[in-house]
Amino acid sequence: MTLAFDAPRDFSLFVRTGAAGTEAMDLAVAGIKCAACMATIERGLSREPGVVNARVNLASKRLTVEWEKGRSGPARIIDRLDELGFRAHPFSPARVDSEEAREEKRLLRCLGVAAFSAMNIMLLSVSVWSGAVSGMNAETRDFFHWLSGLIALPTAIYAGRPFYESALKALKAGAVNMDVPITLGVMLALGMSVVETFQHAEHAYFDSAVMLIFFLLIGRYLDQAARRRTREVAGNLAALRADTATRIAADGSLADLPVEAIAPGDLVLASPGQRIAVDGVVVGGVSEVDQSLITGETRHVRVSEGAEVYAGALNIGGQLRIRVTRAEGGTLLAEIERLLNAAIDGRAKYVRLADRAARLYAPMVHATAALTLIGWIAAGMAWKPALIIAITVLIITCPCALALAIPAVQVVATQALFRRSVLLYAPDALERLSEVDTVVFDKTGTLTLPDAALANRAGISDADLALAGTLAVASRHPLAVAVARAAGKPSPAPDVREEVGAGVTALIGGVEARLGSLAFCDAHAEGERVGAAHLDASLIAFRHGARVIVFAVEQGLRPDAAETIRRIVAAGYGVRILSGDRSEAVRRAALALGVADWRGDLKPADKIAALEALKAEGRKPLMVGDGLNDAPALAAAHVSLSPVSAVHLAQTAADGVFMGENLRPVAEALRTAKIARKTMAQNLWLAVGYNMIAVPLAIAGFVTPLIAALAMSGSSILVTLNALGARR
Amino acid sequence: MNILVVLVPLALTLGLIGLVAFLWSLNHRQFDDLEGAGWRAISDDDLPAPPGEATKP
Repeated sequence: MTLAFDAPRDFSLFVRTGAAGTEAMDLAVAGIKCAACMATIERGLSREPGVVNARVNLASKRLTVEWEKGRSGPARIIDRLDELGFRAHPFSPARVDSEEAREEKRLLRCLGVAAFSAMNIMLLSVSVWSGAVSGMNAETRDFFHWLSGLIALPTAIYAGRPFYESALKALKAGAVNMDVPITLGVMLALGMSVVETFQHAEHAYFDSAVMLIFFLLIGRYLDQAARRRTREVAGNLAALRADTATRIAADGSLADLPVEAIAPGDLVLASPGQRIAVDGVVVGGVSEVDQSLITGETRHVRVSEGAEVYAGALNIGGQLRIRVTRAEGGTLLAEIERLLNAAIDGRAKYVRLADRAARLYAPMVHATAALTLIGWIAAGMAWKPALIIAITVLIITCPCALALAIPAVQVVATQALFRRSVLLYAPDALERLSEVDTVVFDKTGTLTLPDAALANRAGISDADLALAGTLAVASRHPLAVAVARAAGKPSPAPDVREEVGAGVTALIGGVEARLGSLAFCDAHAEGERVGAAHLDASLIAFRHGARVIVFAVEQGLRPDAAETIRRIVAAGYGVRILSGDRSEAVRRAALALGVADWRGDLKPADKIAALEALKAEGRKPLMVGDGLNDAPALAAAHVSLSPVSAVHLAQTAADGVFMGENLRPVAEALRTAKIARKTMAQNLWLAVGYNMIAVPLAIAGFVTPLIAALAMSGSSILVTLNALGARR
Repeated sequence: MNILVVLVPLALTLGLIGLVAFLWSLNHRQFDDLEGAGWRAISDDDLPAPPGEATKP
């Protein structure tokens, strides 16, 4: 039916060999929503001959399939999934992924150990506290203290490692983070308690030390789990892009390979309607390519032998044979990569709120403890009780609530954003997003939809569209695809023939029908009329007997673009458009959206310059863009977002992606970030408020382990509950 | 107070059993898919299919 060639697909890169003649592979699956999908997939695949085991992970939306070697294969399994209604693509879990998973497991193990010993030590401590009232004898109390110490010391050594390691790393780098006062607090609490127990004293702080580790591990674990989840979703998105290229082997045979398996010097084939997946030089064929993903320019470019093409370009016309090049020195990609690195370096200087708080907090606490010691000694107290009071000050100020204040909000807000189709990769993106005051949009693919659609649908009757649709579905030409989509993808007319580079024809009701270029359908007069009304559109004509229709196809604005921009402006942000497209096209889009501040014809370096100028004015721009030409600007902006359809490099440069056809997630991300920032500040003040009450008590020497335990858990719970407010 | 000699080790042992069970399930990947496992328990895949449904895709 179509003349486009389907090459055999080669997935050997993703297949791993299992035991006893089996092979296995991991797949990211789109569209798994509930348990029913899970059952459909597992049941459907287990009926497939040769499949030994198929197991869906509902949490990560991934599938592991195992089959007997030779009796089934990756391509068969993917086709079977397609029949079941699920688009899937294999992937090999990245090394970073497994490292993150290992770190998460380690934290969970530490958390389990800390929970066990916190429970048991509390059991003993509560006995001691109530014994103090009901008259427990000193031997029993000592026994309980020894027992607590016996549990607490190994726990602190094992479960506290994440903090010690982080503190050590910070100190080695000559910095102070929150883990430094935490480590110091735990060590002092344990050390003092051991000494006190030896001397049969009344108070021991084993419970404080262990509970502190326990609470902090909860925050640390939640943070890590949220990060792993983000990575998982991002990994799935990347896998489902399914970047493949058709390689022409030396003997002329074709195979579809994942791009990772393509090496420079390989020859690849780009069929019409396909996205070119590699950078290279055309060595055969003539075609037009749509480079809007790369340069933002919506007009198609003619390429022939010797022309350079870039990954992400859409092949419109004929087949191209491309020699893969490494993008080295002077090429567009290398240039963009260079700008990108420079821009990312600039952003790494951002200091997160938690670290700023830690810088302020640690010296203050340590100074307070030192002053307490000196103060009491000066007031005539013996050095030993004075030291004990100073250490209690350190224990009570150990930043339990402070260390939870920000991660808890981060976790809650990340999940809220995720529900609103926004995925933030960078851990500090939320804070940077909250500081934004200007939103800069790219036009093509960001304000407009990445897929072209009919622009003159209103002027065409349903019957004509349906008729043209039966021809259009038989072609892979992007313009025909747009017509077919508008017609609701009808079943194709019988015996459609494709004339390469011109269009498709078929006999409908005994009369020849044609769909293709204006020349092919002899529709120049009609074409001029439609072209005048839709200046940015590409035209495709349909002729059935004497009836001539010209379809104008263009990348329409996202359905809610105007409304979203109005919302963003109403919320007090400045809005600008910076585009690489022709000024005329940008002007019309800006007019339709009501944006006064726009610029077109910009090169990547111009976009950076425009952003730098904004920054120099003291503004904090959020850049939203999708093209290769936006990548450096995305990295240079204060914070950046990409639509999920963006080119890979742009997504890597952006701090996050938003999914779906709508622009609304951008507005919601801004709003959620603002709320999150406010909640973080509130939490920090709550933690400070706790210290304002607890520290004077500690300095005065009134704090017993019971008060320490109550204050610490109370403030932690308060801060966590407050963090839930960021869910809105 | 001699009862403590029995009760304290007893409490510790019970806690340790819990901890060991947790670590065991962690190492056996019981927490890898928290959503799917619940649904698997109520799926009827292990029952013989009722007559007439066996041929359905």
